[in-house]
Amino acid sequence: MASKKDFVKFDKVDKSYDGKVLVVKDLQLDIAEGEFITMLGPSGSGKTTCLMMLAGFETPTNGEIYLDGKAISSIPPHKRGIGMVFQNYALFPHMTVYENLAFPLRVRKIPKDEADKKIDKALSMVSLQGFAARMPGQLSGGQQQRVAVARSLVFDPQLVLMDEPLGALDKNLRESMQYEIKHIHESIGVTVVYVTHDQSEALTMSNRIAVFNDGKVQQLSSPDELYEKPVNSFVAEFIGENNTFGGEVSDISGGKCKVKLANAEILANPISVKGKGERTTVSLRPERALINPSTKMDNLHKGKIEEVIYHGDHTRVRINLLGNPEFILKVPNSSSNLDIKLGNEINIGWNSDDARALDPK
Amino acid sequence: MSSETNQILTTDGIPLEVSLKKAERKNKIKAFLLVAPLLLFLIITYVFPIGDMLFRSVDDKMVTQMLPKTFKAMENWDGQELPDEEVFAAFHEDFVKLVEDKREGKLSTQLNYTKNGFKSIIKKLRRASKKFEEGNYKEQIMSVHKRWADVEYWRAIQRRAPEFTGQKYLKGMDMYVNEEGKIVSVEEDRRIHRVLWLRTLEIAFFVTVFCFLMAYPIAHLLATLPMKYSNLLMICVLLPFWTSLLVRTASWMILLQQQGIVNDFFVGIGLVADDNRPEMMYNKTGSYVAMTQILLPFMVLPLYSVMKTISPSLMRAGKSLGGTPFVAFWKVYFPLTIPGIGAGCLLVFILAIGYYITPALVGGASGTLISNQIAFHMKSTLDWSFASAMGLMLLSGVLVIYWLYNKIVGIDNIKLG
Repeated sequence: MASKKDFVKFDKVDKSYDGKVLVVKDLQLDIAEGEFITMLGPSGSGKTTCLMMLAGFETPTNGEIYLDGKAISSIPPHKRGIGMVFQNYALFPHMTVYENLAFPLRVRKIPKDEADKKIDKALSMVSLQGFAARMPGQLSGGQQQRVAVARSLVFDPQLVLMDEPLGALDKNLRESMQYEIKHIHESIGVTVVYVTHDQSEALTMSNRIAVFNDGKVQQLSSPDELYEKPVNSFVAEFIGENNTFGGEVSDISGGKCKVKLANAEILANPISVKGKGERTTVSLRPERALINPSTKMDNLHKGKIEEVIYHGDHTRVRINLLGNPEFILKVPNSSSNLDIKLGNEINIGWNSDDARALDPK
Repeated sequence: MSSETNQILTTDGIPLEVSLKKAERKNKIKAFLLVAPLLLFLIITYVFPIGDMLFRSVDDKMVTQMLPKTFKAMENWDGQELPDEEVFAAFHEDFVKLVEDKREGKLSTQLNYTKNGFKSIIKKLRRASKKFEEGNYKEQIMSVHKRWADVEYWRAIQRRAPEFTGQKYLKGMDMYVNEEGKIVSVEEDRRIHRVLWLRTLEIAFFVTVFCFLMAYPIAHLLATLPMKYSNLLMICVLLPFWTSLLVRTASWMILLQQQGIVNDFFVGIGLVADDNRPEMMYNKTGSYVAMTQILLPFMVLPLYSVMKTISPSLMRAGKSLGGTPFVAFWKVYFPLTIPGIGAGCLLVFILAIGYYITPALVGGASGTLISNQIAFHMKSTLDWSFASAMGLMLLSGVLVIYWLYNKIVGIDNIKLG
């Protein structure tokens, strides 16, 4: 089965609820078959609306959504054949686990023995064999979640939508469920569109992540690229931790640029700045800056330690650096021989390649 | 390790278990004292009146106390042939005493309930008994009127001997105990209560059905509309609650009468001819319309409170799994509303079978219910024991329905809010 590049296609989709504000603006998004794609963004960014449009519970104001080459805007939800996992599981409380799983098969008039096989398979996929006769109310949150996942997969849909499915679980359970869902996706090769506001969840599970803000996809790329190479300040800020310097480009040449801060100048990697005099925000990941670097780095500045917080495997150090009192450094525990004490002045260095000059905030 | 050696003691040496129990007992007494006023109130206003009603409905001491010696003497009588002198003498003795107290009229009324024809012969006996000579009362009494020589009438007296009787209940079912002591129905053209019972059940049933059909969509709308509209709608639903029942019923009279607004409207749009206006009041239609409107909130509120708790994502899940909107509704939404349906239907049905004012005002002759009959006996005929008996029959009917509901749906499956 050759996988299609545009199994799901959002083509210039707009959505407005009240006719005044667009919650989704000119969305252009292709999802390949078998892909695990996550829509990530703060609440109100339009990601859930996109999912609801795909599921058929909302209609696009403009544009068209294609599923496997067919326009689906006029197809009602129950004919789209898309599996869906809801935020609060949405298990039918008056049916047993078996009946919950049998529901999509019964409405498709699948014979009982075949249905039973499918249900067994789906339950073993989420390791819930022997729970078929239980009522949802007798299950723990994690078990209910797994039933919901099994139910969305039991009728072999080509596409499964998940709307913040792990939001109600505690941290440990959430992490183990992340791996479980990821493994299920890998083993059956179904296309998954996953919505979350939890960036670590998105980074762990996805092939690609679409970062939503303000009704637009800010960046669509693989987790590592998203983290290492954010294309604008919002993404840099939203994904992971981030140190920023606001300034003005004073020189740009040879793939590097000089950024003039209030009382210093730093070298940076020009990503979205084009010429001299532009305002910019320079973004630097905390782990890319080193204390007293042994190798030569083209940025080297002195800063004063304002706060030290012990985190077990690493120590977070807050430094007042070049007029930014919120500069964070992560020092691995193995380098405890370093002289990090409150009030000390230390040298901090980083490569200009890692300091990305993005759009001003 | 024995438990005694490990007993946990408090600082003053008392076992912890004992002092915990003591503290708990104190709390229990406090809690009981808090509910005691309510308990007392319930006993005085609920248990006691119902008990009194039960007692009144079977109480038949009056005749027993008026003819104590007669009934004592009748204990040895087999009822086959006329009783012997002993019974007649005792009856004479009782009767003379009643005449002295001027209570023989009451006796005649009571005995007449049991068998027609007592009134006149007791009157005759009173006049004749003044000239009675001592001894041989059997001959003397039998000579007053030929009915006194009829064994049937003595059997009728004997039937009034027990202090308690179920005859009021039989009367409520249009039945009575005949001369042979068998329970039989009254003649067809004199059966009024059975018709009323059936009509009460019929009206209560259909009012419940109508209320359900109307309330379900309203409650659904209330539960799904945004807050700002649903509050307004809720006020519309509750508005009737804040209006006097009489005012509402009277406004239905204005609407439904033959020259009323609804009829005018029908004539206006040409649905009916002006000289052939349908009667919508003083019959069953009036009872249906007014009772449905008045009882509607009792159906809407339990349904609403249940629907409010059903997550909209359940319907969406049903649809996304491939169910048509109807299947999603029927298999997912509807079963989840059953507790509300049960509560609403039970509430409306029970209120409807005891409904009084509305059917009395708009029901007319063919739209009155059993409660109107009860009120009639309370106020007009003053046959309180009969009214009590019918009231209790109504109450036990409600209990039977409750029991059936518990059997079929389960009472813990009910939700009022």
